Amino acid sequence: MSSVATLQHADVHDAHHEHHHHETFITKYVFSQDHKMIAKQFLVTGIIWAIIGGLFSVVFRLQLGYPESTFPWLEDLLGHWAAGGKLKPEFYYALVTMHGTILVFFVLTAGLSGTFANFLIPLQVGARDMASPMLNMLSYWFFFLSSIIMFSSLFVQTGPAGGGWTIYPPLSALGDASSGAKIGMDLWLVSMAMFIVSALLGGLNYITTILNMRTKGMSMTRLPLTIWALFFTAVLGVLSFPVLLSGAILLLFDRNLGTSFFLSDIVVAGKILPNEGGSAILFQHLFWFLGHPEVYIILLPAMGMSSEIISVNSRKPIFGYMAMVGSVFAIAILAFLVWAHHMFVTGLNPFLGSVFVLLTLLIAVPSAIKVFNWLTTLWRAKIRFTPAMLFAIGFVSLFISGGLTGIFLGNSALDLHLHDTYFVVAHFHIVMGVASFFGMFAGVYHWFPKMFGRYLNNTMAFIHFWITMIGAYLIFWPMHYEGLAGMPRRYYDYSSWSSFNMFNGLNEFISFVAMIVFAAQLLFVFNFFYSMFKGRKVTDTNPWGANTLEWTTPIHPGHGNWPGEIPEVFRGAYDYAKDGKEFIPQDVPVGDDETKGH
Amino acid sequence: MKEFLMIALGVLVFVVIFQIAKASEYVSVLKGEDKTRRQNNKINAFFLLGFLIFGLIGAWYCNELYYGKTLFPQGSASVEGEKIDTMLLITIAITGVVFVITQVLLFWFSFKYQEKDDRKAFYFPHNTKLELIWTTVPAIFLTVLVVFGLKYWFKITGDAPKEAIVVEVTGHQFAWEFRYPGADKVLGKKNYKLTTAKNSLGVDFDDPASADDIHVNTTLHIPVGVPVKMVINSQDVIHDVGLPHFRMKMDAVPGIPTTQWFTPKITTADMKKKTGNPDFNFEIACDQLCGASHYAMRGVIIVETMEEYKKWLAEQKSEYYTLFPEKAPAVDSLNKQITQVLPVKDK
Repeated sequence: MSSVATLQHADVHDAHHEHHHHETFITKYVFSQDHKMIAKQFLVTGIIWAIIGGLFSVVFRLQLGYPESTFPWLEDLLGHWAAGGKLKPEFYYALVTMHGTILVFFVLTAGLSGTFANFLIPLQVGARDMASPMLNMLSYWFFFLSSIIMFSSLFVQTGPAGGGWTIYPPLSALGDASSGAKIGMDLWLVSMAMFIVSALLGGLNYITTILNMRTKGMSMTRLPLTIWALFFTAVLGVLSFPVLLSGAILLLFDRNLGTSFFLSDIVVAGKILPNEGGSAILFQHLFWFLGHPEVYIILLPAMGMSSEIISVNSRKPIFGYMAMVGSVFAIAILAFLVWAHHMFVTGLNPFLGSVFVLLTLLIAVPSAIKVFNWLTTLWRAKIRFTPAMLFAIGFVSLFISGGLTGIFLGNSALDLHLHDTYFVVAHFHIVMGVASFFGMFAGVYHWFPKMFGRYLNNTMAFIHFWITMIGAYLIFWPMHYEGLAGMPRRYYDYSSWSSFNMFNGLNEFISFVAMIVFAAQLLFVFNFFYSMFKGRKVTDTNPWGANTLEWTTPIHPGHGNWPGEIPEVFRGAYDYAKDGKEFIPQDVPVGDDETKGH
Repeated sequence: MKEFLMIALGVLVFVVIFQIAKASEYVSVLKGEDKTRRQNNKINAFFLLGFLIFGLIGAWYCNELYYGKTLFPQGSASVEGEKIDTMLLITIAITGVVFVITQVLLFWFSFKYQEKDDRKAFYFPHNTKLELIWTTVPAIFLTVLVVFGLKYWFKITGDAPKEAIVVEVTGHQFAWEFRYPGADKVLGKKNYKLTTAKNSLGVDFDDPASADDIHVNTTLHIPVGVPVKMVINSQDVIHDVGLPHFRMKMDAVPGIPTTQWFTPKITTADMKKKTGNPDFNFEIACDQLCGASHYAMRGVIIVETMEEYKKWLAEQKSEYYTLFPEKAPAVDSLNKQITQVLPVKDK
């Protein structure tokens, strides 16, 4: 059945008959083609991965915070990987690698974009479903397959991949160089290939839906900023993920077929390898050509959702809508032109480096525009501190803090000192890790009523926010100082270094706070699943008083979203506080005496 | 047992929070949801203001605690690193001002414009003049940072001065090895296929230039006040020569030699006095994840006066001599060759 054609058809004539066909448990909850159910599948899978990835960080922080101690229960859990209650370095690196891989790809790409692009695009542009519900379903199931493969790699005898989430060869190419480069690495690469298929199927669908399936009156300049952000996210993914796929395939060849794409002049474990003429740096170019856009694939949806949530809860139009769209566009373009700033110390030609410095620091301009526009939106507003709003404000704060340290690292001269130190760890965890998580939390708290027809518990939400907000700064702010002292990242133990061992107390403090913050996330997870079934019921179709179209659907929208015709759109998404009215939804026609606004 | 108690405590806290959360939901229904919402709004707005104030105090306190532990109070140990420190100060000043202004505005606006009955939100969708201001002002500051940054970048990464001492640095899992070119100032050719347990660097001893090359492990000696150029190699995976005290860093990539150079300006002995730490050492830290013992890939640099350096160098035997004592020239002539590494005027 061609769902698109049917849906479009139904749209014109009678929307009722389409979503009354019989649905079994399997077609409704498992192999569902309803974008809303697929979004929930992405979200729940993402949450499960986030718990695993977060738990890994707690375990390796135990080693960093308490290098002298042993934890006998670790041996009970991990067997020989923690013989005597102390993590082995090999397993420490495996945990670090998997923490990065899981959080970057499985949680903040699939869990974030997968959830909100699927959920919001049809609802906010006014479509009954994605352009291709079938491909959309496949996108989830490829992600699921990829998840299964990655998860299974945790249980192979030599352990999962251990060369860092950036999997630089030759370390990731040579099984003799580390146990983390044996079968676990092959599984990593295969899993990532499946993941990329999923990302491409999803991304193509998002772009097509946004460009072709907007309801009547929904011009591009009336799109909510969430949709603009998700649109550019999808474009970035579609154009950059294939490059990582090619890198992954070449690396698989080098590992298993004896090719020399990335290998040259190597003596490992006393063996002289025959590979000559490859370039280890080539892989880094391929990796970061995805890797840097990936940062924005993670960040842009959080920006879009925070913009929307800040405007709704300030009861004020987002300031400078066109500038907001333009700056996302500029960021998306620049995202493709800055990848080599991760490679200033690889022996890159200094002139080439200087070009990347210029382009990298240029990104600060659209970023600054966004920050000042958010601030101006808050100015003379009437702010409601819903949990979503608190997380959106937290997002802006973290984006400022982490964005400013990017100005240090993007300047190659400073990178000579700061590269691969804890300064980098602090920078990207704040700006891309925690900030994006805040955007994701804001989105979940804001759209949970639309997803499940129930509210999350506010008290638990407030406790969750405050512990996470304070904890995030307590964990990552002091790390800047470790970085300024040159303390390298990815070290298992610092005690033998006279240059870095003065931070033992601080490392213990950070580990302690990390455990508390992790526990607070479990509170969120509990709240999420509890409220899904037992939360307070939503009684108002538009509980936040928002303008966008998703709030014109019934409290429990069926497959097809609107029982009647899709509403027509007459205005942009941000007519708040206009002409003395608190808010004017997008489907309200423009009155004759209305002041011209955006 | 301790772990068990902690988990039990955690569960208890969880249950308490859950009960409070449920109770507060019931109370809010009884009191009227609107009233509860207003109350929560006030509390959260107040907390946001508190977060700003305690956050700024916390940032200051953190600086008090840890600034002394960064490398800046002791200054850069290389001449080039001083430029990086200057650049860092300029960047901290500019970003620091922006940081404080924007964070204060963010939290102050949040607090000040919290929902109140008599407040009306101000319809203010855009203002071209304002937007132009905050496009151009950041652009100007960034230009300043780029110009200064690149000026220093080109100076530091440019060609090493001609008088620079050349040292070859080779990384492998998990140690550093060094090779000095000897009196002829030319490093002998290498071929990785010649690597054996004895000839660990794969030096081609048929090349006459390798006859006087000196090979040492782990500890590198360099003189103060003279530029040192490192030619960097790796034998297996990517490593990185991280020199935090000299503010330098360069990857060691198998198959692709890289270089970096710097001018040490203070000796290890003087640094021990300056820091008051008799155990002080300049360390080489591997800064690129290279396997299980990455964290222990440590090297040491001893910066000494020119005299000490020459004396040390004179005591070293060439690798060729160590490996093939029967073929090597007499010790005396070798020593004479080695002392010719640097133009000797005194003595």
